[in-house]
Amino acid sequence: MRDLFRVSDQPLDASTVTAAVEDAGFGALATFVGTVRNHNAGRSVRWLDYEAYAPLAVKSFERIAQEARERWPGIRLAIHHRTGRVAIGEASVVIAAGSAHRGDAFGAARYAIERIKQIAPIWKREHFDGGEVWIEGATADPDDPSARQIAMERACS
Amino acid sequence: MLVTVRLFARLREIAHAAELTLDLAEGSRVGDAWQALMARHGDMAAYASSISCAVNADYSRMTATVKDGDEIAFLPPVSGG
Repeated sequence: MRDLFRVSDQPLDASTVTAAVEDAGFGALATFVGTVRNHNAGRSVRWLDYEAYAPLAVKSFERIAQEARERWPGIRLAIHHRTGRVAIGEASVVIAAGSAHRGDAFGAARYAIERIKQIAPIWKREHFDGGEVWIEGATADPDDPSARQIAMERACS
Repeated sequence: MLVTVRLFARLREIAHAAELTLDLAEGSRVGDAWQALMARHGDMAAYASSISCAVNADYSRMTATVKDGDEIAFLPPVSGG
């Protein structure tokens, strides 16, 4: 069984996520890999610690995929997110989108990462030179149409 | 009735617990659990306008009623990706 939506403390493998959405009818596979960078807001980042409410995170990924299919019928999405300590350069999230044509695959992958940042119950703690801090972004509200609209505009820009 | 409360990230640190049990009156709402938490941990008040909540691993609302055995989660602003 290919795992489309997963939260795991194990290193992510982009090819595994991409393989999960392969289909003979697809002419495009778009894979997005979010990685931990060594700087943020003027700080030298040493590593990130990710925490998730795993069962709700997986449901959020399923919801995001459903939303994407409403906009791009026929696409297939896979989302794997890492938890625990993630080193500089390592992947924290991998998104794969498959579709018949490239535009839908790119759009769906972009939409998915924007929505993950809005509604996935996942948190990163940044460990930097001189301290550590929880990064707090969006108040998660899956039913907020304006957030969804923003994600869609970014995906289609 | 007893409910389980799950806390994450900064909320977990404020409470020094990822999970705790609350004894609530029958008919209580998610917001009543939040009020009980804030009464115990005053620092949580800073999150009163920014948290989300879930019941039994589905997003919910502070006005939702809860029942014995439910798992309520309080979620500070998220930062996945």
